[in-house]
Amino acid sequence: MTKDKAKKNSVEIAAAREGAVVQRTFWERNKLTHGYLLQKKIGGVGISIVRAILLFGLCFLILQPVLNKISVSFMTEDDVYNPIVISIPLHPTVENYQIAATIMEYAKGVTTSLIVSVLAAVIQVSMATLVGYGFARFRFPLKKMWFAFVMLLIMVPPQTVSTSLHLHFSRFDFLGIIKLITGTTLNLRSSPIPYILMSLGCMGLKNGLYIYLVRQYFRNIPVDLEEAAYIDGCGTVKTFFKIMLPQARPIITSCFLFAFVWQWTDGFYSRLFLSNFTLVSTSLSNIVASLGVYVARVQSGSSNAQASISPLRSNQILSTGTMLILAPVLVLYMFAQRQFVESLASTGIKM
Amino acid sequence: MKNQNVTAEEVKSRKKRKKGKYDGLMRHRAIAGYMFILPFILGFLLLMVKPLIHSLYMSFCNVTLEPGSVSYSWIGTENIRYIFRVDADYTRMLTEDFTKMVIYTFAIIVFSFFVSLILNQEFKGRALVRAIFFMPVILSSGVMLNLESNNQYMSIIQDTIEETTTGVSVTAALESILRTAGVGVRAYETVFEIIDNIYDIAMASGIQIIIFLSGLQTISSSLYEAASIDGCTKWESLWKVTFPMVSSLFLVNWIYTVVDFCMRSDTQVMTKIQTEMVDKQSYGVASAMSWAYFLVVIAFIGLTSFFISKVVYYSDER
Repeated sequence: MTKDKAKKNSVEIAAAREGAVVQRTFWERNKLTHGYLLQKKIGGVGISIVRAILLFGLCFLILQPVLNKISVSFMTEDDVYNPIVISIPLHPTVENYQIAATIMEYAKGVTTSLIVSVLAAVIQVSMATLVGYGFARFRFPLKKMWFAFVMLLIMVPPQTVSTSLHLHFSRFDFLGIIKLITGTTLNLRSSPIPYILMSLGCMGLKNGLYIYLVRQYFRNIPVDLEEAAYIDGCGTVKTFFKIMLPQARPIITSCFLFAFVWQWTDGFYSRLFLSNFTLVSTSLSNIVASLGVYVARVQSGSSNAQASISPLRSNQILSTGTMLILAPVLVLYMFAQRQFVESLASTGIKM
Repeated sequence: MKNQNVTAEEVKSRKKRKKGKYDGLMRHRAIAGYMFILPFILGFLLLMVKPLIHSLYMSFCNVTLEPGSVSYSWIGTENIRYIFRVDADYTRMLTEDFTKMVIYTFAIIVFSFFVSLILNQEFKGRALVRAIFFMPVILSSGVMLNLESNNQYMSIIQDTIEETTTGVSVTAALESILRTAGVGVRAYETVFEIIDNIYDIAMASGIQIIIFLSGLQTISSSLYEAASIDGCTKWESLWKVTFPMVSSLFLVNWIYTVVDFCMRSDTQVMTKIQTEMVDKQSYGVASAMSWAYFLVVIAFIGLTSFFISKVVYYSDER
């Protein structure tokens, strides 16, 4: 038997040497490997099935709340109470969207939020890029200390300094200059200037993280290009703009997307600095309270309108509002998903 | 003579070099570096250090708000004594939050490492799955996080589900089996709590997965080939190749997760600080609380990252 097989094998090897293609079925090849091939194949299929089930479950876990919100937002109030209706609405309606959009002043809110988020993201990311480059490429005294401060910035909860900042900007003065000229300090509470200043000084939302990410990225780019540029007579600033910036496009895009999305959904800084702007994030967090006012206004005359809103109803409007605020970001994410995931994954962040 | 001259010059230049590390080009580069990080320095000093010192000062003061002005009266360590020895909740909340944070951070890191190992393999629809796993970064940010946790309706529903379906969930069934078998509750309590809260963990581990993925992608496949030729199984090469190569990212992720958890505005301590500040208007106590919290977190991060960095393996020393 074995002799026979060996003979067959040698024949085949000879045939292969001559360049002839030997066609073998999977089972023949399996037999040649004493069942190892089949074992391996079954193992591979088994692993991929387990992996598929696991990943499906985890993906469902993440997506389920969103799907739930979508289905609830299209239901009428009766559908929510109807125990037979689970996820597909019996009477699909867009009424919730109309109500939520009216309460949130959606059209106005989206425009303002868009302007604020883009502006903040542009300023914050450009500043973070400058600072990150400075930390990645230059040697200067006290560099370690300053970088430790960047790490500290990531760790300080913004709540710690919010009160002081609040007071600081309500009586704003820079080294006593403004008081010298106008006689009084400036109240910047009702203007966007404080937040622009914060963004310019890299103190905005999670700006320490952007600095860190950019620095890590720049550190992984070889210095040779810059040295070559320097030899060819390219100054520091020119090198940065002409040579390093184009290379850093992936990380800048990622940081920009982060900054945009986080600013879009941010409630803390918005409430602190931009309280008199209609932003979608702040109007979403007040949506339940606004709903009571809205219902009272619609059924004008009835004084107990507040009580007539059931928690289920307010939750429905809340879900609709969340979908309204998420929709633009999700659309953006769908298009820029590759930028988000792949670019950041390919940067090779190292400590 | 000429030779002597040269050496004299050399000595001179050496002396000059000794005078400062930053001369000539280095000096120029150092100034340029400072120019680049100037926005950060200014912002940090004016918008972070000043308010921080101010809030530190406030934590030693009794702050009273009058219309149009704020008055401080120095009361020393009275606030700190108050929060730790008089206030009934703060110490308990701090320890509870802390224990929760340690458990969750462990769970998040293990979960994200595991998921990133899976997502690093080749399979159909990988891009889609990656996109979904990264979505929590959007879904659980800013106001959305607060809404989820403060959502009355959701918690009502959750309670009813838990009431009506006792014994149906896997963990509950296992728990009853283990309890009847005589195993103490404490032995598996934490594990089951983590499993029951897998949603929270998945929602909190978007960035961590990406960081691990970025690390896994930088490991060259030749290492795995060499290992398999030397007779490593997949399991062994996970521990002997993958693990050391991404060990530095465990440190990064550890710090990031701890910070991320502490910054969440829905932890007990944060809520407590908010109520002290907004509802009771006692700014001094609130500042003291946030400072105490901040210092504890910093100390914890410092200590743990010191111990983790001892076991981290760096393949390329910079």
